[in-house]
Amino acid sequence: MPVSLETAADPENLKRVVIEPVSRVEGHGKVTLLLDADDRVRQARLHIVEFRGFEKFIQGRPYWEVPVLVQRLCGICPVSHHLAASKALDIIVGARALTPTAEKMRRLMHMGQILQSHALHFFHLASPDLLFGFEADVAERNIAHLAAVAPEVAKKGVLLRKYGQEIIRHTAGKRIHGTGSVPGGVNKNLSRAERASLLGEIDAIIAWSREAVDIVKRLFAENARLYETFGRFESGRLSLVRADGALDLYDGGLRATDAAGATLFDHADYQRYYELIHEEVKPWSYMKFPFLVERGAEAGWYRVGPLARVVHCDFIPTELAETERRALLDFDGGGALSAPLGYHWARMIEMLHAAEGIRELLLDNDLSGDDLLAGGERQLRGVGIIEAPRGTLIHHYRINEDEQIVSANLIVSTTHNNRAMNEAVCQVARQYFDGRELTEGLLNHIEIAIRAFDPCLSCATHALGKMPLELELRDAAGRRIGGLRRET
Amino acid sequence: MTEMTNTFTLDGKEIPFREGETIMAAATAAGVYIPHLCHRPGFKPHGSCKLCTVNIDGRPSAACTHLAAAGMRVESETEALNADRRALTQMLFVEGNHICPSCEKSGNCQLQAVAYHLGMSTPHFTHFYPARDVDASHPDVLLDRNRCILCELCVRASRDVDGKNVFGIGGRGIRSRLIVNAASGRLADTGLAVTDRAVAVCPTGALLRKRDGFSVPIGERRYDRHTISDVTTETEEERPRHD
Repeated sequence: MPVSLETAADPENLKRVVIEPVSRVEGHGKVTLLLDADDRVRQARLHIVEFRGFEKFIQGRPYWEVPVLVQRLCGICPVSHHLAASKALDIIVGARALTPTAEKMRRLMHMGQILQSHALHFFHLASPDLLFGFEADVAERNIAHLAAVAPEVAKKGVLLRKYGQEIIRHTAGKRIHGTGSVPGGVNKNLSRAERASLLGEIDAIIAWSREAVDIVKRLFAENARLYETFGRFESGRLSLVRADGALDLYDGGLRATDAAGATLFDHADYQRYYELIHEEVKPWSYMKFPFLVERGAEAGWYRVGPLARVVHCDFIPTELAETERRALLDFDGGGALSAPLGYHWARMIEMLHAAEGIRELLLDNDLSGDDLLAGGERQLRGVGIIEAPRGTLIHHYRINEDEQIVSANLIVSTTHNNRAMNEAVCQVARQYFDGRELTEGLLNHIEIAIRAFDPCLSCATHALGKMPLELELRDAAGRRIGGLRRET
Repeated sequence: MTEMTNTFTLDGKEIPFREGETIMAAATAAGVYIPHLCHRPGFKPHGSCKLCTVNIDGRPSAACTHLAAAGMRVESETEALNADRRALTQMLFVEGNHICPSCEKSGNCQLQAVAYHLGMSTPHFTHFYPARDVDASHPDVLLDRNRCILCELCVRASRDVDGKNVFGIGGRGIRSRLIVNAASGRLADTGLAVTDRAVAVCPTGALLRKRDGFSVPIGERRYDRHTISDVTTETEEERPRHD
């Protein structure tokens, strides 16, 4: 068993290589590698250097403002925060069950979000690496070059995202940072005319989503060894599942399994997530490290997101996506299921599921109902969890008797994947770097491993009153001649 | 009724007026918009925000307090006056904490609508980021001083319409703040009712009916449907939509 690469025993005498910023991801992060005299990697870390202060500055705000306020965490999947906050506040306003119109409007908004975010990630951010090669000329590894050499593929990617954004606009009021979901329900329904207009395009969206799945499937078939082994690591998994075990991105109970697939807990009530999941702080990153309490901080880490969900669920409740899920599970005896690049495959399956789900919802007359709000006995705390495009998203709020937020805890998808991403970085460093001269193309391997998780670093940073800071002073030869470290 | 035989010109347009009427009142009656924040039809003029400053025969004066006179030549829509109005609005934005992206009054807010109308695209000045209190003690009304522009509309409404004297302005200069008439200093200990005109009249999100939040969808908010220069809709935002 190789030694851990996370922390080197003697960092002072090592050569430091920095990838900053990590490109084609949301937010700002950096990777540091420490190499010894023989260019062997001794330490590899993904640092998140942004600071997110939302938990603190929403204190004192009225609770009904929160679903709109917290979605400003992100411009890529604000709907996820909008909905997770709304679900937590449903509990606070006593709306244990929403009206059919409200629940379906929110589910439709979420499906639009999954569709647009997954399309954005695959076509705009990740596909250039996969289609042009990990070490292709950096000038070619971008969406503009994709549009030049494969205009039909790029165009479909753009149109898939556009359609998802249109779904969001119709349900939330705006493509980015809408207001559609409110505590206890929604503020609008969808007219029959709006539904008809959106239905007009859905068959093409489903067809293009199938083509996207085929692209990743073909890449795996053609490069099975590379795709299965690249950055590969074993870990536990966490996701929501529906009561019957189906994939459900909007609601359900928590299911956790260990690296061998054994169930640790299932259909757990997420109102008490804090008994199951704790977070550890490390001094070198603003992003915390969550772990399953049962397994402890060292062994209890896990992965979330499309690959965790598609593997975790017993089935996907839409026909085409379920067929594709089976193909993923069966591929090379399950060879893709622990591979970081398997995330791309699972992500496209989920995009297909979202497209199918959108069609199903748009045909449902409940979307045009007028009963938008539910309520009940006021509570002082509430937890909302959804499966955001990048994984499990937890919002937890407490209010006072005057209806102001007194505390909040947000554990976002990328934070759950913190350890998993670091593990993938270490694995790639081990697999590709040792003893080789570092090139831009080689360093891109690290970024490809990170990108597979579709991290949103701006959403994920978190310090809870701590402002760790590390300064290093090195001479021209790279020798460390001084430093300053503050951990609080 | 007094017949309106007297007129003045506003940006070259003949505006009829009755004796004792202000320039603002006559302009509003004629369907002409003069930007303002502390003025509201039916309330005693206040003349504090200075947004309605016009040139009367070449001399600047507040349209909401200046009485119309026959033959006056009034200019309002000039580049220089609108630049001054924009700067005044920018100062209001930086003096308080006006975070439109998360404010439930967005789309129904007169301050925001005036800013858009005047072409304000940035705050321009350095933000003060003052530390201001939120009073959430009242069961049905939220007082968020971060968004108060000290227009005193609530002070006037409570005193002159509701007959309660709930609000006042305390402090001096930059320390001026909206205070409430209770020994505890808490809104809950005043006689304010959610149905009071003082609550509805607030042109910003400083006084809000609790739990209304974002109940009006984007596209149906007041300034989604009307421009602020449509003076016939002036008091529309005071009418509750979800009772």
